[in-house]
Amino acid sequence: MFRNTLTDYPLAATAIALSLFGVAIVYSAGQTDIPTYVAPLWKSQLMWLCLGVLCAWGIGNSSVRLIEWVTWPAYLLTLFTLASLLVLGTGTGANGHMRSWLAIGGHRLGQPAELAKIIVVLMLAKVLAERREAPKSLLELWKPGLVVGVPFAMIMLQPDLGSAIVFVGIFFGMLFWSGVPWPLLVLLASPVVSLVLSFSTGLWGAWFLVLIALVLWYKPYLLEGIVLVVANVVTGVVAPILWEKLAPYQQNRLKVFLDPSADPRASGYHVLQSKIAIGSGGLLGNGFTLGTQKRSGFLPEQHTDFIFAVVGEELGFIGVALALALFLALLLRATRIASRANDSFGSLAAFGLMSCWLVHVVVNIGMTLNLMPITGIPLPFFSYGGSFMLASWLGVGVLLRISGEGRGHAGALLS
Amino acid sequence: MSVHPNDIARRSRVAKAGLAVVILSLMGAFFNAQVLQHDRYKLQSQENRLRALPLAAPRGIIYDRFGNIIAENLPGYAVSIAPVNTDSLKSSLQHLSSVISLSPDQIDAALRRYRRDPNRPTLIMSDASMSVVSVLEEHRINFPRLIIQSVPKRFYPDGPAVASFVGYTGEVTDADLNSPAYEGYKPGQLVGKGGIEKEYEKVLRGREGVRYDEVDARGRQVRQATPRLDLNPEPGPPLHTNIDLDLQRYVAAVFGDSLVGGAIALDPRDGGVLALYSAPSYDVNKFTGGIPADYWKGLLADDRRPLVNKVTQGRYPPGSTFKLATAVTGLEDGLVTLDEHMPVPCTGGFQYGNRYFKCWDKKGHGSISLARAIEVSCDVYFYQLGLKIGLSRMIAGGISLGLRDKSGIDLPDEKRALWPYAVDYYNKTYGARGWSNAVTLNLSIGQGENSQTVVNMAKFYAALATDGKAPTPEIVKRAPVRTQIFKLDQQQMDGLRTALAGVIGQGTAQSARIQGIMLAGKTGTAQTGKRVNGVELNHAWFVGFAPADKPTIVVAVMLEYGGHGGRAAHVASSIIAHYLKVAPVTAVQSEG
Repeated sequence: MFRNTLTDYPLAATAIALSLFGVAIVYSAGQTDIPTYVAPLWKSQLMWLCLGVLCAWGIGNSSVRLIEWVTWPAYLLTLFTLASLLVLGTGTGANGHMRSWLAIGGHRLGQPAELAKIIVVLMLAKVLAERREAPKSLLELWKPGLVVGVPFAMIMLQPDLGSAIVFVGIFFGMLFWSGVPWPLLVLLASPVVSLVLSFSTGLWGAWFLVLIALVLWYKPYLLEGIVLVVANVVTGVVAPILWEKLAPYQQNRLKVFLDPSADPRASGYHVLQSKIAIGSGGLLGNGFTLGTQKRSGFLPEQHTDFIFAVVGEELGFIGVALALALFLALLLRATRIASRANDSFGSLAAFGLMSCWLVHVVVNIGMTLNLMPITGIPLPFFSYGGSFMLASWLGVGVLLRISGEGRGHAGALLS
Repeated sequence: MSVHPNDIARRSRVAKAGLAVVILSLMGAFFNAQVLQHDRYKLQSQENRLRALPLAAPRGIIYDRFGNIIAENLPGYAVSIAPVNTDSLKSSLQHLSSVISLSPDQIDAALRRYRRDPNRPTLIMSDASMSVVSVLEEHRINFPRLIIQSVPKRFYPDGPAVASFVGYTGEVTDADLNSPAYEGYKPGQLVGKGGIEKEYEKVLRGREGVRYDEVDARGRQVRQATPRLDLNPEPGPPLHTNIDLDLQRYVAAVFGDSLVGGAIALDPRDGGVLALYSAPSYDVNKFTGGIPADYWKGLLADDRRPLVNKVTQGRYPPGSTFKLATAVTGLEDGLVTLDEHMPVPCTGGFQYGNRYFKCWDKKGHGSISLARAIEVSCDVYFYQLGLKIGLSRMIAGGISLGLRDKSGIDLPDEKRALWPYAVDYYNKTYGARGWSNAVTLNLSIGQGENSQTVVNMAKFYAALATDGKAPTPEIVKRAPVRTQIFKLDQQQMDGLRTALAGVIGQGTAQSARIQGIMLAGKTGTAQTGKRVNGVELNHAWFVGFAPADKPTIVVAVMLEYGGHGGRAAHVASSIIAHYLKVAPVTAVQSEG
C-alpha cells in the first residue's frame, strides 16, 4: 500500500525554498573583493542539493518498514565508521586538530557525524518504539541512553563539541515525545546543569536545593535518588578539574561565549565581526552580494558556520525574518508529521529529525549573535558542505515517507 | 512510547508552542540588533574597514633675511607596516629583510615603535631610496600590510655652511617620548634635533594629517575611503631669519677646512644674527633619515669637536678683548677717564707684591692714557686700573655687563659664560687664605677665572657699538630686545669707539684695515696653558664693529689655538668687508 509520497507539498516546498535560499547565500558568500576558493563553491552546493533531492525522492518512494529494517545495520555501520575515524580521520582548515573527516587515499569523503545524526534518530526511534509505555525511571533509560551514548562518546573524542550537543538535543527531544515525564527529564539533565552552574557556588547551591525538592516530590527509586544527588555533587565539584582537561580551543570558545571581548582577535573576533555584520545590515540590508563586512573578508567562515551573518548583512531583518519563518514552518510541519504518523517508530523518527534541526538552527543562528557558544554547528540547507546537505535531504526524505504513510490526523497510531 | 491521542495532541501542542517561542525569540534578538542597534553596528562596520594612515606635515621652510632658502622639503619615501601583533610584525620584518636589506638596528627600532603605539602603522624606513621602493612595489603582493608613502624629507641646500645654527631633524627618541616636553608626539615622527630646528620645533612641525584607507581583513588596501573623513596635514609656517645667507656662505668659506673656531656677525641695532659659523662643520643632509653610524662615530672621534658649537657652547678665556669691560667699569664708576695716566708707566712689566706681572710687549709702552692703552692693549695699564677698581667692583661690573650670563640667543643648549659671582667665590674655591688680590690683575686683562662664549662677547661689543644697550642675538626675526648694560655719556662712548678704531688704525690690528671703512675692534690673544714643543698655544680673538662711527655690523671671531689675535682680526675684517662690500687693505701684521 504505497501512497503518493509527494502529497506533503508544504514540507517539500519549504525544504526546497530553504535550500535555494541557502545556495543563493553560498553564492553571495563567494562574492568577495579579493576572490577566494569560496567563489565557485555554490555550484557544487547546487550539485549536492540535486543529489539530496534525488535521495529524498528515493527514500520517499520506499517504505517506513524498509527504513526501520535498515536501521540496525546502518547503526552498526555508523559506529564502525565513527570508531575508524578516531584512527584514520583527518581534520580540515581551521579545525585541523579535529578528526571529523573520513578520507580514503587522501580524498575526503565527508563528515560521517552528519549522517550519524540521522541514523541515531532512527535507532533511538526503534528502541523507544519497542515499549508501550514511556520509561518512568532512570534505570529504564539504559537502552536509549546506550544508543545515543556510544556515538556521542565517539564524537566527543574526535573532538566535535557541536555534533555532540546535537546528540543531546535529539536524546531529550525524543524522550519528551515518547512521553517521559518532565521531572524525569530534568533529573536526567541535572548533573549537566550542575556542571554548568558549578562555576558559581551560589547558583549551584540554589540548583541543588531545587534538585532535592524535585527528588522528594517525584520520588524515584531510592538508589536512583542517591545516584542523582551524588552525580550532581560530583559534577559540581569536579567541574573545575574537568575544565583543566578541556582542550585550549574548547576552553577558549567557552570563555569567549561568556565574554566575547576577551580575545577579540581569536574566537571572539569571529563573533564580534558576525554581530557587526548582522547589525550593520539594518532593516533592509546592504543588498544581495553587497555586504561590506563579507566582501572585505572580516566575516569568518562566511560560507559555513557564519553563513547566517551574510543573510543578516545583505538582506537585513526582512531576510532574517523570512529565513526564520521558513525554518519555523519546516519545524512545525515536522512536528505535525510526528503527531499524525502511522506508528510509533515513524512518529518518534519525525520528532527526532525535528529536534536535530531545531538544535542546529538555534545553536547556529544564536551563535552569530553571540546568544550561543561557538560550537561549529552548521545551519541546515544553508551552510556549505556536501555530506551535510545530503544528510538534511535524507531527513526530508524520511519525513516525506512518514508523512505519506500517516493517516493525516492525530491519533492515527491507535487504529 | 505512549500513544494515546490525548497525550500525542498535548505533546504536539507543547512542542509547537515551544518552537514558536524559540524562533520568535531569535527573531526578537535580530530585530534588536538590526533595527534598534543598527546605528552602532553600522559605525563599527565602517571603523572596521578604515585604517588611519598618518600623513606627515611638511616642516616650515626656513628663509634668510632676503628670502633665500636655508631649509626646505624634498619628496622622499617612508616605508611602514600595519601589523596585527608583535609576532606578525617580527615575521614581516624577517620576510622583508630577505627582499631589502634591513639592519638589526632598523628591526629593533621598528619593534620599539610598534610597542609604543601599536595602533599606528609602524615606520620601518623613514627615507627609503627609489631602488628600495621599486623592489618593494614588485613584492607588494607578499606584504599586504606594507605602506609606502611619499613623505616630505628635510633638505638644506647649503649643507655644512648652515649646520652651525640650523641644526637637523631626526626621529623622536624613546627618551623624548617619555618626557612631558614631547607630549603628543608619536614614534617615528621627526623632530628638530639641534639649532633652530630644535628651538622652533613647535612652530616648524605643523600638524600631522590622516587619511582613511578602506582595507580588507588582511590589511590590504581596497580603495581610498571617503575623503570627507580625511584630515589634510597642515604644513609648518615658514620661518624668516635674520641670517644673510650670502655672508654665511662667505664666513664658511673663510674658515675653510683649516681654521678651527667660531664666528658670529650681528646687527648691533637689533641683535639680528647675520651669520653664525662654527668650524669644523658637518653635513646636515647626511643626518636626514637616520645618521650613518660611521659618519656619526667620525664626528664624535674628531678632536676638533665638530658637534660642539664654538659660538654658543665653547667657552674660552677672552684675553684682551675683555679689557673693554674693565675700561667700561672704570669709566662708569668715574674712577678713570679716557685721558688719565696710571701712576706706574709701562716698562714691560709690573711688580705687585712679590710677583712680577709682564706686559705682552717687553719693550714697554711708557706712560699712556686709557685710550692709548686700549689701542696698544697695554697690560700694565689695565693691571693698575683693575687694582683701582678693586676686585669686588670688578666682579660686580662684569656681572652687570652680562658677562656671567647666557647671551639669550635663540639656539638650544647655549652655555653660560663663566665669571666669579662675588669675591666669596675665591674664598669658596681656594679657601680664605688660599688666594691673593693678584687675581684682580689677571681678571682685568681677561685671564683668570673668566671664560666667555663668542656670542656673549659679540653681544657686549654690540652695546659698545651703540649706546650701552646690548641686544639679545636673534636668528629668527622677532621683536628686538635691547637691555641697557652700562651708561656712559656721549663723549665717553665716542672716545671708546675712537680708541677701538685706533686698534686697527695705529694699534694691534693694523693688518685688518679696510679701505674706506673705519673698523673698530679689539684683538685678544688668550693664554690657554696648553703647550706644544714648549710654545704656548693661544686662542686668537677679535671682536669689533664697523663702520666705527655708525656701526651696522658687529663681528666676533675666535680661532681655537689660533695664535695671535691679529689672525682673528684678519678673518673678522674680511667678513666685515664682504658684508659692507669693500676690500680690506693688507698691511704689515702687528702683535696683539
